[in-house]
Amino acid sequence: MEQARSRALDAGVSPRERARFAVRRTVNLVMAGLVGLAALIGVAVMLFILGYVLVQGWQALSPTFFSQSAQPLDFDAKGQPIAGSGGGVLMSILGSLLILGLAALISIPLGLLAGMYLSEYGHGKFAFLVRYVADVMTGIPSIVTGVFVWSLVVITTGHFSAWAGALALSIIMVPIITRTVEEILRLVPNALREASYALGVPQWRTIVKVVLPSAASGVITGIVLAVARAGGETAPLLLTVLGNEAINWNPSQPTDALPLRIYDYATQPYAVRIEQAWGASFILIMVILVFSLLTRIATKGKKVG
Amino acid sequence: MDNTQIKEAPQDASAEGYNTPVATGGKSMEIRNLKAYYGSYLAISDVNMEIQPNKVTALIGPSGCGKSTLIRCLNRMHEVTPGAPRVEGEVLLDGQNIYAPSADPVKVRRLIGMVFQKPNPFPTMSISENVLAGIKLNSGRLNHAQAAEIVEQSLHRAALWDEVKDKLGKSGASLSGGQQQRLCIARTIAVNPEVILMDEPCSALDPIATLKIEELIEELKAQYTIIIVTHNMQQASRASDFTAFMLAQDGPGHLVEFGPTQQIFTRPTQKRTEDYITGRFG
Repeated sequence: MEQARSRALDAGVSPRERARFAVRRTVNLVMAGLVGLAALIGVAVMLFILGYVLVQGWQALSPTFFSQSAQPLDFDAKGQPIAGSGGGVLMSILGSLLILGLAALISIPLGLLAGMYLSEYGHGKFAFLVRYVADVMTGIPSIVTGVFVWSLVVITTGHFSAWAGALALSIIMVPIITRTVEEILRLVPNALREASYALGVPQWRTIVKVVLPSAASGVITGIVLAVARAGGETAPLLLTVLGNEAINWNPSQPTDALPLRIYDYATQPYAVRIEQAWGASFILIMVILVFSLLTRIATKGKKVG
Repeated sequence: MDNTQIKEAPQDASAEGYNTPVATGGKSMEIRNLKAYYGSYLAISDVNMEIQPNKVTALIGPSGCGKSTLIRCLNRMHEVTPGAPRVEGEVLLDGQNIYAPSADPVKVRRLIGMVFQKPNPFPTMSISENVLAGIKLNSGRLNHAQAAEIVEQSLHRAALWDEVKDKLGKSGASLSGGQQQRLCIARTIAVNPEVILMDEPCSALDPIATLKIEELIEELKAQYTIIIVTHNMQQASRASDFTAFMLAQDGPGHLVEFGPTQQIFTRPTQKRTEDYITGRFG
């Protein structure tokens, strides 16, 4: 047997088979190269954006950029704005945190519970409907969400507010969290649920104490993705929070946000403001990057299954 | 005889205080006219059996004959299986019907524990947390000494203590397959059941680990009634006192023959039983 096999592997191979093997080896090499190249391009684009934003906004990133709110630009004798003037974006950073915080407060419990429902209880027509609506909602253009909340909240209350912005972002976040949580909980092996039931543990305790902890890292990743997605939204904020040159902690008042400030400064004719827009972009990217990195570290080792 | 409700477990999780597992002795079970469905599909039909306390009863039969479905009907696990499951008939534990309308499936499962085919320790929990899982997940309060006592007792009974006593804080998933299965047995013992169901507990294990589980079953029957599904006939003949042979030829799974293991394996009354145990089919 052993001899027969070694003969087949070496000597008795026809030139045609040898050629076929050579072709297969080449194809394998080429395909592996292409796949690697595609991965490289993906990463390179991300690094290029980060680098480009940093280069463009470098000069705006001074300590006062983080510690001051917006100030009027100072102009020199020729009527040109002086570099370094114009204050900072502290009100945008804090405003973004306020709006995102409120949005998270609304959408995390709602999305988590809806996701748990779909994965653990959702078998009937109602669940199908919920799933379908969630999928459609993920596809709604965010400007439409903005218009909707504007007419529903801003018009009725008579003013722009952080609440309205948080509501608009929640409409974007809830379906994302719902569907991610559902998918992640479905990955938890049924054997674990059965083990828990067989010990006389009721279903809701099984979900909260066995299923959810087993899927913790995936659930948190899903939530972070939703927060990151909402954190970069501009369109719904334009119509709901309006923007504010000063720091505002009152959720019923117009509030500033980073994406809004970027949009505003980037459309101004002054180089100093455009530089500040790049700087604010860099901060926005870094906040989201650091946030997801921290959760990645915090949930390390807690894998599904 | 009062068949309408299930008696409280001696150490019910909702009751105050936990003691070390003091087995109250196994209880008898009786299966009456049991039918199990998946939707409209009848999987097993008209099973009648009396299961003796403190004995090992083996369910044997070819794949698909319904033995796993049957054992899952015995602690109401059938109804958490996907596929619109349904049960008709009665299953009595010590004279009380576990399918009575007032019987709480959660309580039933505390009295009738189950060990599965594939070892399934909780991956996020340590070895000792796994043993205490049944109590802790039901938010039973334990002080340090009680917890340590239950862990040690249960692991001793599951013949695992000597192998894990120095690494109780390690993940249950770090153990070998056979050790994981004994950990699952320890976890079941820790909630003080009266009956332990085992659904092919050795099918994922090597012969040495299998032998250990079989020895363990022999020891455990002094305190618990044990029902084991196996498709290993040697295992049934070695480890059980009673054997039930099931078959699903031309219709739903049903009981062909049930009796003392020795009799089933030496002079079965049914031709089909003889054919199966002599390896003519299956």
